[in-house]
Amino acid sequence: MRNGTLPKIVFIVYVLILMTPIYWLVKMSLQTNTDIMSGLTLFPRHPTLEKYFEIYNDPTWVHAFGVSLSYVAINTVIAVAVALPAAYAFNRYRFIGDKHLFFWLLTNLMAPAAVFAMPFFQLYYAVGLFDSIWAVVLAHCLFNVPLAVWILEGFVGGVPREIDETAAIDGYSFPRFFILIFLPLIANGIGVTAFFCFMFSWVEQLLATTLTSTHALPFAAVMTRAYSVSGMDWSLLAAAGVLTMIPGAFVIWFVRNHIAKGFALGRV
Amino acid sequence: MTSITLDRIAHAYGGKPRSESDYQLKPFQHVWEQGLAYALLGPSGCGKTTLLNIISGLVIPSEGRLLFGDKDVTRLPTEQRNIAQVFQFPVIYDTMTVAENLAFPLKNRRLPKPVIEARVAEIAAMLDLTADLGRRARGLTADAKQKISLGRGLVRSDVSAVLFDEPLTVIDPALKWELRSKLKAVHRALDLLMIYVTHDQIEALTFADKVVVMNDGRAVQIGTPAELFYRPEHTFVGYFIGSPGMNFMPAAVKGDRARVAGFEFGLGQVYDNVPAGQPVQVGVRPEFVSVTSGPGLPAQVRRVADLGRKRLAYVSLGDHPLVVTIPREVEGLGEVVAISIDPANTHVYVADARVQGRAP
Amino acid sequence: MTEKPLNNRAWFFVLPVLGFVLFSSIIPVMTVVNYSVQDTMGANSFFWNGDQWFRDLLNPATTIGARFNDALFRTLAFSLACLAIEIPLGIALALCAPRKGWAVGISLVVIALPMLIPWNVVGTIWQIFTRADIGLFGATLVGTGLRYNVTQEPISAWMTIVVIDVWHWTPLVILLSYAGLRAIPDAYYQAARIDGASRWAVFSKIELPKLQKVLVIAVLLRFMQTFMIYTEPFVVTGGGPGSATTFLSIDLDKIALGQVDLGNAAAMSLVYYLITLTVCWIFFTVMTQLERRRDV
Repeated sequence: MRNGTLPKIVFIVYVLILMTPIYWLVKMSLQTNTDIMSGLTLFPRHPTLEKYFEIYNDPTWVHAFGVSLSYVAINTVIAVAVALPAAYAFNRYRFIGDKHLFFWLLTNLMAPAAVFAMPFFQLYYAVGLFDSIWAVVLAHCLFNVPLAVWILEGFVGGVPREIDETAAIDGYSFPRFFILIFLPLIANGIGVTAFFCFMFSWVEQLLATTLTSTHALPFAAVMTRAYSVSGMDWSLLAAAGVLTMIPGAFVIWFVRNHIAKGFALGRV
Repeated sequence: MTSITLDRIAHAYGGKPRSESDYQLKPFQHVWEQGLAYALLGPSGCGKTTLLNIISGLVIPSEGRLLFGDKDVTRLPTEQRNIAQVFQFPVIYDTMTVAENLAFPLKNRRLPKPVIEARVAEIAAMLDLTADLGRRARGLTADAKQKISLGRGLVRSDVSAVLFDEPLTVIDPALKWELRSKLKAVHRALDLLMIYVTHDQIEALTFADKVVVMNDGRAVQIGTPAELFYRPEHTFVGYFIGSPGMNFMPAAVKGDRARVAGFEFGLGQVYDNVPAGQPVQVGVRPEFVSVTSGPGLPAQVRRVADLGRKRLAYVSLGDHPLVVTIPREVEGLGEVVAISIDPANTHVYVADARVQGRAP
Repeated sequence: MTEKPLNNRAWFFVLPVLGFVLFSSIIPVMTVVNYSVQDTMGANSFFWNGDQWFRDLLNPATTIGARFNDALFRTLAFSLACLAIEIPLGIALALCAPRKGWAVGISLVVIALPMLIPWNVVGTIWQIFTRADIGLFGATLVGTGLRYNVTQEPISAWMTIVVIDVWHWTPLVILLSYAGLRAIPDAYYQAARIDGASRWAVFSKIELPKLQKVLVIAVLLRFMQTFMIYTEPFVVTGGGPGSATTFLSIDLDKIALGQVDLGNAAAMSLVYYLITLTVCWIFFTVMTQLERRRDV
């Protein structure tokens, strides 16, 4: 359908509203604390990158940023890798307990992190994973693996079953078929799934902070430093906040075409 | 009910074409007559879908005028053009029943209810959909869905043309024939102009009164199926129509004699208008070259294909490959056979276009 | 459509998933169940308490029961408010989004940005943004004469959390709907024009039915997330003022960590978990049943 002018205006207005709080954060990150507190301004009066340098020069911040990125990346890879065969099985075969299993997997998406934080802490403490990135990786699998299975199952359903049969007739072994033929066919689906896994792991902070203390503290947890006895360091908080948006923005830029095309093969 | 005129219609995506090759559709002049069934035949990318989209209003041509009757509709939106279209994939409204689907175009035009009901019943009967009227459309088979999309076009009494965009693509082979006969029957019953886009020559030749063969953005020949078969006006038509296609051999033509690879044979007409300096070919369909026990040109046999209904031999005349028919009475071919060419069905092409000779 | 073949070896494909999820699921759930039937006197002394916690919880006459009831209704009201705003808004904006050209990529990135911000940072952004002294939102509302104050006014606080959630998660609905709309072949729109359908008919007869499947995902995901909302109110309002934004997760946290009343908190968690599950199960079943009935 051709877009008229009104939808365009509505959309632009929405994007502007959406961006205002983010702009506000960016603006504050470029101001000094005295500048912030001295009154409301739409633009920073004396823009400075001071707080960004402060973060860049502090090993704790840098280390925490690396920690966050690594557990998110590992979690995304694991979630997609184990979900692929499962999604295939759920879509292509019937087996004992398949429907119950599928729903049980989904129930894990409904487990509130606030409920699980405490038992998780005890569990990972007991197995000696506490304060390592693996604790966070495994904990995030709780919701990311079921989510990945759910999304991928739709994409697997978008590939006609005849393709599996043709490949079998052509003499492909199952692993070869799966890797060489099937995976390229659902590349969009994998892109979309990876995006969602990345997103939910990157933004989840409650479990990540509960399961770590010093070595594997995620970036967003270090932000509590801005709350100190001498008062709020608004500027530092804002600068750190801005930095947390960058990896996500990169990821979505890379998968934007998959998102646009992706669901065509999937659920719809 | 009107005829459709393409008045020097041409289209180049993105505006100004610099050369001939920038056109998706090269300038085209043609009148589609009311009551006839046309097929637009050509390989993918030949411009046939562009042409169809121009008629339906999806694409506005960059040059020329489109007339329905004598009304200029070049820039008129689709909904005001009184056309119906059946797409490659069945387009139906999922949430509605078959009856609601058929009534939809009339409802949108705010016709009184009794009129709608009568019209829906009439069209449903014509398309054998009466039994399914109360069912959800989305549960039906692909061919029934295609009939619904056709029916949505036909319910409107003001429709001036029905456009088909490869409508049998997703239909089971066994049902294709049936649905095509249904289309023919509807065409005869309603006396509408129908334009049918396809890349399948059998579909085109069996459906249409007239076939427009397109290649590379150009209509290379418009004619009845027989004309396309017996007198292809362009080498492309020769290749594309017929199975296998026409034989073409570079030749020297003088008067009513042609010379190919040192062998000479007679032509049905006298050609004293062949221009010099341009490639000359003679073309003859495999159906009109046959192996003979009598006198003929010597050819090397390379391969024999038995198609059941007919047998073909792939031979070389000098170094030119030819496909020839083996008559039923000939048995056991040697390595070299004599072939005879039917002069009446042999044509001369200069720069790919057929040249008309004069009677001897 | 032929029936799927029966193949119990498919279990092998599912085993890795099972392993990962079970590890993080069964033991913690068992821990919670274990707490829910015990009482603690602090430190490490526990004793059997049977189903007492559950009976108290489900009886609105008790203090804890009343508290749970309130939190539950507050949370449900919040979930419904968010869904009622986000789903229609998301669909409408997906219809307005650009379909081709350079604007597509940029629009997608910009729209998705709020979802990619860690939740406590979202809280921080709004904590700043809603302040009357240094935040644009707060300053504007106060400037227009409204009695807007997140830390003092219950209505302000409650509405603010809804606004945050709408800001944060409408993009998910837009993305899902947008992808769904893109998947509709052009032929449908062309056919609708030939049939003389109005814009509204195109929406209700073509677009909405085709969006049904992605909308099920959107509604389920949004229900689960809003029902479990924790971080944003925790950072922005801390559950206050009073208990205006004390949603179930916040309340649980207060009881478990604040009062170290693990037994009560665990029982609450389980009941809470079961409610989410039931709602999702009903929704899921109803939607799939509707789907099946339509094909007949």
